[in-house]
Amino acid sequence: MTSAVRAPRSLLPLRLEDLVFAVAGRRIIDGVSLTLEAGSRTVIIGPNGAGKSVLLRLCHGLLQPTSGNIVWNAPELPGEPRRQAMVFQRPVLLRRSVLANITYALAVAGVAAGPRQARAREALHKVGLDALAAHPARVLSGGEQQRVALARAWALHPEVLFLDEPAANLDPGATHEIERVVGAMHAAGTKIVMVTHNLGQARRLGDEILFLHQGRALERAPVDRFFKQPASAEAAQFVEGELPW
Amino acid sequence: MSSVAEAAAQALRLVAGADPKLLDIVLLSLRVSLTAVAISCIVGLPVGAAIAVSRFPGRRGVIVVLNALMGLPPVVVGLAVYLLLSRAGPLGALGLLFTPTAMVIAQTILITPIVAALSRQVVEDAWDEYREQLRSLGERRFGAALTLLWDLRFSLVTIVLAGFGRAAAEVGAVIIVGGNIDGVTRVMTTAIALETSKGDLPLALGLGMILLSIVLVLNAAAYVVKETAQRRYG
Repeated sequence: MTSAVRAPRSLLPLRLEDLVFAVAGRRIIDGVSLTLEAGSRTVIIGPNGAGKSVLLRLCHGLLQPTSGNIVWNAPELPGEPRRQAMVFQRPVLLRRSVLANITYALAVAGVAAGPRQARAREALHKVGLDALAAHPARVLSGGEQQRVALARAWALHPEVLFLDEPAANLDPGATHEIERVVGAMHAAGTKIVMVTHNLGQARRLGDEILFLHQGRALERAPVDRFFKQPASAEAAQFVEGELPW
Repeated sequence: MSSVAEAAAQALRLVAGADPKLLDIVLLSLRVSLTAVAISCIVGLPVGAAIAVSRFPGRRGVIVVLNALMGLPPVVVGLAVYLLLSRAGPLGALGLLFTPTAMVIAQTILITPIVAALSRQVVEDAWDEYREQLRSLGERRFGAALTLLWDLRFSLVTIVLAGFGRAAAEVGAVIIVGGNIDGVTRVMTTAIALETSKGDLPLALGLGMILLSIVLVLNAAAYVVKETAQRRYG
């Protein structure tokens, strides 16, 4: 990059070097090496137990690798606000209003009290939940809660957003809304790294597919090529077996 | 049998007539126990939450000891505080023995472990659910502990009540460090013990009724608060 000298350096690219995560001797992630670049939407797919969620958590810093390295271009420093966010399969919201859930996240991220409200409202507007700002967050429907979680992530203006099957438990309408928001966040400049079980969603949302199998990154390809001509037998089998008819 | 009925009737008259002597005893009881509960919560809730979200060597040992301290015998606490505050004791110069302050100290020692141990359990259960999300947001351990305490506020009401119930109902500690001095350190439980042994059943029964009612009303209030809050906040 040849940007201005003082400009904060981007988190990305993220380099994973021979990453291993083992529990009781079993290698959940078994030697993954790859580089995630800024810009594209990376969708991680693979069978159950392939290590998809664990890989996301390793990248996000929620798990420590057994061996190998996770190298960010400009790592987050301890004590500094995070520049990456994650949306989980089951959103965890606090027992306060929808708006307060977002201002809380902004407070943790060190945003001054003044701009918090406006920033939170803006994020709520982007996910279409303005009307529910004062509503207690934990009594919303699953889809609404997930949108609040997305708004919370969006308000933080992360450089990278990890999503772990964000629409796994939602009906088609709610899923569509989640996909719309993720697309909008990407359009606003956030790198998307998403795990999904839904191959239709992977096609709709992904630029490239990372196929994980038994803890290894077996294949990585642009979406079209991956679904037309999977290079590995495992991926071919997986796509065959998972396609809905 | 008739003497019991008579005593009960007299007790009701005392309660209904808001007998000043009885009122003094009730008010002192509430003052001592509520102060003790307040201090125990200020100390016990953050300590419990901090232990819940921390990992450090010897943590299991700390939890076992904390849980064991919930069963502290009041008379033993009373004795220990008595020794500390007696003329010859290390804190004797403060002249606190046989004052309400001494009773607050004893009850605080008694119920802080209860508040800490129970809140540790409640916060730790919730921590399993919240941990990844809070860490993802960049929350540090102490901040996470406070966030959890606030988020679990309605569940913690029950713990605070358990502490209050223990404080208001115990007699062993306050009678040793307070001395049950009429008009100075006489509270409901020590008065009941004394009046019963003297044979003055009406006052003892009247105080017993009030003690039961206070505990009942507080628990009912807490139940309602918790129910409505959970319906509203999920």
